Amino acid sequence: MEEYLIKCNNLSAGYEGQTVIKNLSFEVKQGDYLCIVGENGSGKSTLMKTILGLKSAASGEIIFGGGLRQKEIGYLPQQTAAQKDFPATVKEVVMSGCLGRSGISPFYSKADKKLCNDNIELLGIKNIQHRSYKELSCGQQQRVLLARALCATRKLLLLDEPVSGLDPMVTNEMYEIISRLNKEEGVTVIMISHDLQGALKYGSKILHMEGGEYYFGTTEEYRSTDIFHEMSTCDCHCCCEHHNARRKKEDEENV
Amino acid sequence: MFEMLQYDFLVRALVVGLLVSVCASLLGVSLVLKRYSMIGDGLSHVGFGALAVASALNLAPLHVSIPVVMLAAFVLIKISSGGKIKGDAAIALLSSSAMAIGIIILSKTNSGADMNSYMFGSIMAISNEDLVLSVICSVVVIALFVLFYNKIFGVTFDEGFSKATGVKADLYNTVLALLTALTVVVGMRIMGALLISSLIIFPALTSMRVFRSFKSVTICSALVASVCYIIGMEVTYNMDLPAGASVVVVNLGAFLLFAIIGLVVHRQRKG
Repeated sequence: MEEYLIKCNNLSAGYEGQTVIKNLSFEVKQGDYLCIVGENGSGKSTLMKTILGLKSAASGEIIFGGGLRQKEIGYLPQQTAAQKDFPATVKEVVMSGCLGRSGISPFYSKADKKLCNDNIELLGIKNIQHRSYKELSCGQQQRVLLARALCATRKLLLLDEPVSGLDPMVTNEMYEIISRLNKEEGVTVIMISHDLQGALKYGSKILHMEGGEYYFGTTEEYRSTDIFHEMSTCDCHCCCEHHNARRKKEDEENV
Repeated sequence: MFEMLQYDFLVRALVVGLLVSVCASLLGVSLVLKRYSMIGDGLSHVGFGALAVASALNLAPLHVSIPVVMLAAFVLIKISSGGKIKGDAAIALLSSSAMAIGIIILSKTNSGADMNSYMFGSIMAISNEDLVLSVICSVVVIALFVLFYNKIFGVTFDEGFSKATGVKADLYNTVLALLTALTVVVGMRIMGALLISSLIIFPALTSMRVFRSFKSVTICSALVASVCYIIGMEVTYNMDLPAGASVVVVNLGAFLLFAIIGLVVHRQRKG
């Protein structure tokens, strides 16, 4: 039987006394590419923080299996405003992924440095490793943060909206990189995403969260559910609305 | 310069001031980037209150102010990360309260001379005992900063990631706040409660105009802080100006100079 890396049993969690996740159960196996989709406020980020141990669960449990420890999860957070003017080189940022494993030792070991160089090569950012992080494009910054996450682990990556704010070409590039890490390097991936199309195209499993209702299954199964049809028509509806609004504006401008 | 060194009190002020400048500038890089710039300012006001209490009770100033300000730093960092009251509002509350209490105590027990020296600093303020204590504090600050340098970088750049990968971010935040408290208390005798925070903020901001890596910014901050302090003392001695204010004005000059250099360098690099 395949062993799970993370098993979530009847988990409830929330913040400031509000419960946003109720009785959620799912499991992540070695090699999975799980996409977590759902609207804002459905508890995606809370779930992520609970998995990472940044928040404690109200009830239920998260069990780690397959030799995975909670602190061995490579985390790709959403970028913060403070990082926009932070003086740091690419190498300094990637190196900091090794901090967890270096424990109380104040300096990086040779193994840490090698790991850092390997990940820099793997993500194709060797040519910019001495550049300043803040001067890079969004896509390059995401690669740097991905390399940092890989320094923390090779087992499981947790990605919090890795493609939001990227232009379509860079988005595809990012998806390809993540997909490659998943298939070729055997890294298990959990990704929070607003991009349903991307999630369907690349993900192997989907966790759909909405207003306390959950759907968990393979991408194939998900396509045939009602929730999916609602989601996709809803998306289309939004698109149309957006399109109409734009056309209206253009019309007005032409007049 | 060498003429200055004939006077014992000036030598003491120079040694303590230099050490404090270096400590403050190192911590400043992280504090500025974490948006904690106001912590230095808040702590110095608490330090003012503590000095007033010490002088009223006839106790050694550093013996009272070091524990009080460290406690305040501990409380502030807890409040800032707790998020109930916003960090900057909490600092403003604490600092103005401590300041007000200090002013009342001083006005009832002392002449205006003390108040003046606490607020604006004095190069005469450092006794031999202060000198020893200051040197010890500074050595502790610098040693811990070097030992924790990598962790401080990680926690400053991305607290969430650091926590998620098992770095004890709260511990390092607390260490940072306590070290800042030590530095502020030791430095405020010379620089004054109102101006000490500039030693934390200026060098970091100045270095960031030109440099682009954390390491170079940190090293440059320490150098800028030292040079500015020496020039500031020289100005104080030759023109008979208040020490704290002179050092701050020299820092302002350095900031403007670096800002111009930064503009030129980065325009060239782009062009």
